[in-house]
Amino acid sequence: MDIDFSPEDLAFRDEVRTFIAENYPADLRGKQDEGDELSKEDFLSWHRILHKKGWVAPAWPVEYGGTGWTATQRFIWSEETSRADCIRLMPFGLSMVGPVIYTFGTPEQKAQFLPRILSGDDWWCQGYSEPGAGSDLASLRTKAERDGDHYVVNGQKTWTTMAQHADWGFFLVRTDPDVKQQEGISFLLIDMKTPGIEVRPIITLGGEHEVNEVFLDNVRVPVSNRVYEENKGWTCAKFLLAHERTGIAGVAGSKRGIEKIKEIATTEMDGDKPLLSNPFFRRKVAELEMDLTALEYTELRTLAGEAAGKGPGPESSVLKIKGSEIQQRITELALEAAGHYGAPYFRGFGEGDNEHPIGPDWAHRTAPSYFNVRKTTIYGGSNEVQRQIIAKMVLGL
Amino acid sequence: MPPRSPLLSGGQAWDEEYKPMDLSYNETQGMLRETLARFLADTYDFESRKKMLASPTGRDPGIWKAIATELGLTCAPFAEEHGGMGGGALENMIMMEEFGKVIAIEPWLQTVVIGGGALKHAGGALAEATIPAIISGDAIIAFAYAEPQGRYNLADIGTTAKADGGGYVLNGHKGVVYAAPWATHLLVTARTGGGRRDRAGVELFLIEANRPGITRRDYPTVDGFMASEVYFENVAIPGEALLTGGIDLIERVVDEATVAVCAEASGIARTMVNQTVEYTKQRKQFGQPIAKFQVLAHRMSDMFVEAEQVSSMALMGTLKLDEPADVRKAAVSMAKAKVGRSLKFVGQNAIQTHGGIGITMELGIGHYFKRGTMIEGQFGSIDHHLERFEALSYPA
Repeated sequence: MDIDFSPEDLAFRDEVRTFIAENYPADLRGKQDEGDELSKEDFLSWHRILHKKGWVAPAWPVEYGGTGWTATQRFIWSEETSRADCIRLMPFGLSMVGPVIYTFGTPEQKAQFLPRILSGDDWWCQGYSEPGAGSDLASLRTKAERDGDHYVVNGQKTWTTMAQHADWGFFLVRTDPDVKQQEGISFLLIDMKTPGIEVRPIITLGGEHEVNEVFLDNVRVPVSNRVYEENKGWTCAKFLLAHERTGIAGVAGSKRGIEKIKEIATTEMDGDKPLLSNPFFRRKVAELEMDLTALEYTELRTLAGEAAGKGPGPESSVLKIKGSEIQQRITELALEAAGHYGAPYFRGFGEGDNEHPIGPDWAHRTAPSYFNVRKTTIYGGSNEVQRQIIAKMVLGL
Repeated sequence: MPPRSPLLSGGQAWDEEYKPMDLSYNETQGMLRETLARFLADTYDFESRKKMLASPTGRDPGIWKAIATELGLTCAPFAEEHGGMGGGALENMIMMEEFGKVIAIEPWLQTVVIGGGALKHAGGALAEATIPAIISGDAIIAFAYAEPQGRYNLADIGTTAKADGGGYVLNGHKGVVYAAPWATHLLVTARTGGGRRDRAGVELFLIEANRPGITRRDYPTVDGFMASEVYFENVAIPGEALLTGGIDLIERVVDEATVAVCAEASGIARTMVNQTVEYTKQRKQFGQPIAKFQVLAHRMSDMFVEAEQVSSMALMGTLKLDEPADVRKAAVSMAKAKVGRSLKFVGQNAIQTHGGIGITMELGIGHYFKRGTMIEGQFGSIDHHLERFEALSYPA
């Protein structure tokens, strides 16, 4: 057992650091610093730079465009991108549908979709949840009926993140209503420009437009856009959920979050001392760091297990539960640090509007983030569902 | 011997002549509650509130006018000599609880509890002139006390009031002044002497909001109100604007405001519990209403328990407001810290139990959560109040 980085790993780390320092887009950095809402182009700018370098999909097998990095190198990569506060790339193509396609897809599907996921030419969204199917995802009712070499899809999806920008979506649809719920579902890739698709925004508590409702009215989808066998879509869904859950620990992001809290609490004063000297506040930051370290080592053990050919199994639910709770506590502390200046609601920089936000630069984002991040214990399989998975699959209850 | 809490040494004394405790409201108080509740049920449904918030001024001034004149409620907590009904903190508590149930954005806290309270305690000509204007609904007061550097320390004040002839000249910046864009008057804390965090030299002034030299930057708050950064530049004010009492008066008024938001929190917590219970009875997953899942049923039981604690602490704090200052402060801080914790528990679990829909603007629950979250920090965070309670109850 050896927890230290080898000289090769250290050299790799330096290479990564230099690359980020030299290539991360300056205007994107500026927007992040201002707490500005990021556009599709902002997200894609960093994506394209990484694609050009060949580093956009470290987790993918080399034959499909992965980097061939070791688990340690991937760990270093995610550490360094977080440390440098790089934006997170949109996961829907790279971390979600991509792995499904290279694992279950036909050679034609791989050839058609994987390169465009890597290049960022296609923006993907996820059509899973429905108004009546949230935690109970398998009860979904959006139906796809065969008509020659097409499916005709009717129904409604919700919580579809960033669908307003999407070129393609991966959808779970019911292809057989007469069997056990999980056995009548198929996994379809749908061109979002197909007639009959309507995307309507849902505005969340911080005022953000991140999620949408997607209505499907007689949407014709070629049968060749089905991944894996008909009625075997649940297999893809489960595979993807497990995949989503490891990333959801968000260790590197939370590390950066805690660093930011420390920075804030060092400059923000509480009387004649920095807020971080307040023993009550400091204790909460220390507890967060403790819990995050426990999570980090849990993730490392999971990754090591993966490298040895195990999982990611139901243990990844541990990562989801603790990771999401830590993310929420970070936003809670930031809001606390803001004091009175958590209250002003700043609508963002409109066209030609260069008014400065109220209070310290970072403060106007604290309340919206706190509200927004309540989602982490709800999405990706709610934490109640995760506990059920542990109870059933791990504890055998 | 462990140190005795001032809570125990004040108030209830067991050696006094026995008389049974009475925690019931009298008939008038019951009517006040009912009158306001009925009015708010008609005016503050989800859609109307949304429309108010989206309007250019962020409110519907007709509602305040109706509360004052048609319903005649603004007179409830004022003395008869000022044209009031002779009530006080309990009446404010009742009103705030009802406002909380509909997350009203009416300026009762700022105008009646804080402005009215300061005037009541200071008395004099200014009180005689202004309280009737509050009762009639003509005066709206905003409380300009917080400063960017001050966090929750009421004496951490850089705004200066320099004596000039018979009056004063104000200079400084007040932050996050709720209701300032609507206000006819500003209640301002400023320093007539002493260093930045000295208790001595801090005074309270009531001035017209449109005095020359006052500028504002207005904005909405995340919980649906309007607020401002208020800047004073050589603002000349008359000597009569001073409400005598200094930091002691300010602390008393802020304590009254603090229990008032605890009462508001009681209405909010109760409503969040009710809405969550209703939602889980309707929402079906895995073939049954999710309320049937024991893990959710028990969670909602815990939410109910915490909401009850909020109501209890709001009442406790209210009943201690007229005790000697140290008893009052310890009680109010204990109440606010507990309310903050319970409210956080109820709010976070209300959202979690609703799931995704709880994080959207589309359902009421998220809006209750937002106001509740802001109450957690208003007039001092959980830590701030625990610290103040400890300092008073466990002297070194």
